[in-house]
Amino acid sequence: MKKILIIGAGSAIAEATARLFAARGDGLFLVGRKADVLTSMCADLKVRGAGAVGMHVMDANDFGAHEGMLVDAEQSLGGLDVVVMAHGTLSDQKKCEDSVELTLQELSTNGISFAALLTRIASRFEQRKAGTIVVISSVAGDRGRQSNYVYGSAKALVTAFTSGLRQRLYKSGVTVVTIKPGFVDTPMTAAFPKGPLWAKPQKIAAGIVGAVDRSATVLYLPGFWRLIMLIIRSIPEKIFRKLSL
Amino acid sequence: MPSGPFSSWGNVIKDKYEIVPLSSRQSPFPSSATHSSVLPYGNGRSYGDSCLNTGAALIPTRSLDHFISMDASQGIVTCEAGTLLDEILRLAVPLNWFVPVTPGTRFVTLGGAIANDVHGKNHHRAGTLGRHILKFELLRSDGQRLICSPTENTEWFNATVGGLGLTGIITWASLQLRRIANPAMQVETIRFGNLDEFLALQTESDRDFEYTVSWVDCLGTGSQLGRGLFQRANHAAESVRVPPAKSRELAVPVMPPFSLINAASLRLFNTVYYHRPQARHSVQRFETFFYPLDGISNWNRLYGPRGMYQYQCVIPMAAGRDATAALLNTISRSGQGSFLAVLKTFGNLPSPGLLSFPREGVTLALDFPNRGASLESLFVELDAIVHSCGGRLYPAKDGRMPGKLFRDGFARWQEFTRFIDPRCSSSFWRRVMEGA
Repeated sequence: MKKILIIGAGSAIAEATARLFAARGDGLFLVGRKADVLTSMCADLKVRGAGAVGMHVMDANDFGAHEGMLVDAEQSLGGLDVVVMAHGTLSDQKKCEDSVELTLQELSTNGISFAALLTRIASRFEQRKAGTIVVISSVAGDRGRQSNYVYGSAKALVTAFTSGLRQRLYKSGVTVVTIKPGFVDTPMTAAFPKGPLWAKPQKIAAGIVGAVDRSATVLYLPGFWRLIMLIIRSIPEKIFRKLSL
Repeated sequence: MPSGPFSSWGNVIKDKYEIVPLSSRQSPFPSSATHSSVLPYGNGRSYGDSCLNTGAALIPTRSLDHFISMDASQGIVTCEAGTLLDEILRLAVPLNWFVPVTPGTRFVTLGGAIANDVHGKNHHRAGTLGRHILKFELLRSDGQRLICSPTENTEWFNATVGGLGLTGIITWASLQLRRIANPAMQVETIRFGNLDEFLALQTESDRDFEYTVSWVDCLGTGSQLGRGLFQRANHAAESVRVPPAKSRELAVPVMPPFSLINAASLRLFNTVYYHRPQARHSVQRFETFFYPLDGISNWNRLYGPRGMYQYQCVIPMAAGRDATAALLNTISRSGQGSFLAVLKTFGNLPSPGLLSFPREGVTLALDFPNRGASLESLFVELDAIVHSCGGRLYPAKDGRMPGKLFRDGFARWQEFTRFIDPRCSSSFWRRVMEGA
């Protein structure tokens, strides 16, 4: 039984991932903002076979609450083997453009809170010389685009931060996995028209569990996004600035 | 106001609807931004317009897919209403439990299955699904949460079972499962030459077989009228070796520009299928026996962009043989019809719902590619046969029946209207109430 902490457990990707771990009998500790959502999930994961379940209500932007949450998770599960970080919000780019406050808040939720949490988690795992940290970044972090550069730049922080952390923790035997999902069909994106590029959260979740099992490094999910982003990154800025992406 | 495209399995109506999200089963009854009516929408496997709400809002319920408890000793599963039967089976089968009643696809939500009071191949033994629902919660737009069971809030239970989502939102339900020894089925397949042979086989089989169903060649005429393959089955005994699960899934990846199901392909298929060499006795996994079409995802796309209609009727037993012969004759003469023509008799176990479809008699179900007016004129002929013998059509499959046929077939519809939530409506309901 792996002992797994999931931050942002209520997200569709996190929940689908938690169900796969539960079916294998792993122990799960869920962190999120909504108590009723976490309570439902705990019962569900128990029925699906989770070896243990626990929960903690927390807003990732409440940096002062991070340490207490980690202590609670370790006590509840009796240690930690895997941390999955999946929290976040779908930033409204247009609204951010008119509001410094909202822009900073989105950067905090989707970027800075990851750095804060990772700093605490990394030092714990480094001391123990074991563990896997899976962080959900995004293809949006690969290059800023006018349609979502606030979210994208927060995710760029996450991608760069985890890249450095991966090097630092490699010596200690700690694995850091950066997951870059593309378009995912979740309740949050219910209103978007879906094309062939869209993937179900279950598919992303299977990729995440596989990444934990084989200690992957950077993983685009589904895999074809690696190619798409390679092309997008290689467009010269003089041309890129004219595009409506 | 978020909106999105939704369709039903028949793919005839493609429309956009306002989406009113429901984030958890504890959430209050969601209201539409435009104050239009709402309708819970499960997995969209109803064929016509009973799961659609044209010009108004839908409440997608698939996000309510949490298990609440599973009592493995009593076989009682309690889960949110958006959970698919597929998910229940994945949990229950390894614990040697099975759903008590299942339709021909496992990709329906439990809430949708209750709202259509679905039946299966074991109707003569088990009746409809509603008979196995221990209780559920009904969320009304006035904020009430009614726990409904056969003994508590009984009239709400009876209105909501088969109530087409119109009485409010089913948030969760408890289902009594059925014991099995393993995932296998012992199946017997018998060729029959005509309708009388079918009826004789049915009478003979009901006692010893929990599941019976027949495929019928809808193009057979004269002495071949009503020829087909009769299947009867039981869950396998413990000693039977379970065949391995198939891992490869087929799919219809894109919508072809026209229906691949036409007179020529249909005649070829039916003749080959009827005459194909077939072992009389076989052991099949439950997926193969109950859900042959679930193995081909999006098979409804075969009918092309115009989509398809399904026609499923039940004929009271007294008129059973002759009316069924008349239906088959009419269909066969028209040359329209499908690979999937299913014939079965319903037993005499009463259905709990005011609007439950099954009643004792013969039920016939066929898919038809949407050919517009020529298909509708066939349906009008079939309607006349069904109506004249006091039969009725299945709302879950219907996208076009006249209001009068519905109201004459479902005698308790007026009683039902008292239970409709003032905020709920559907395209189907408005259609069949026209002229009432």
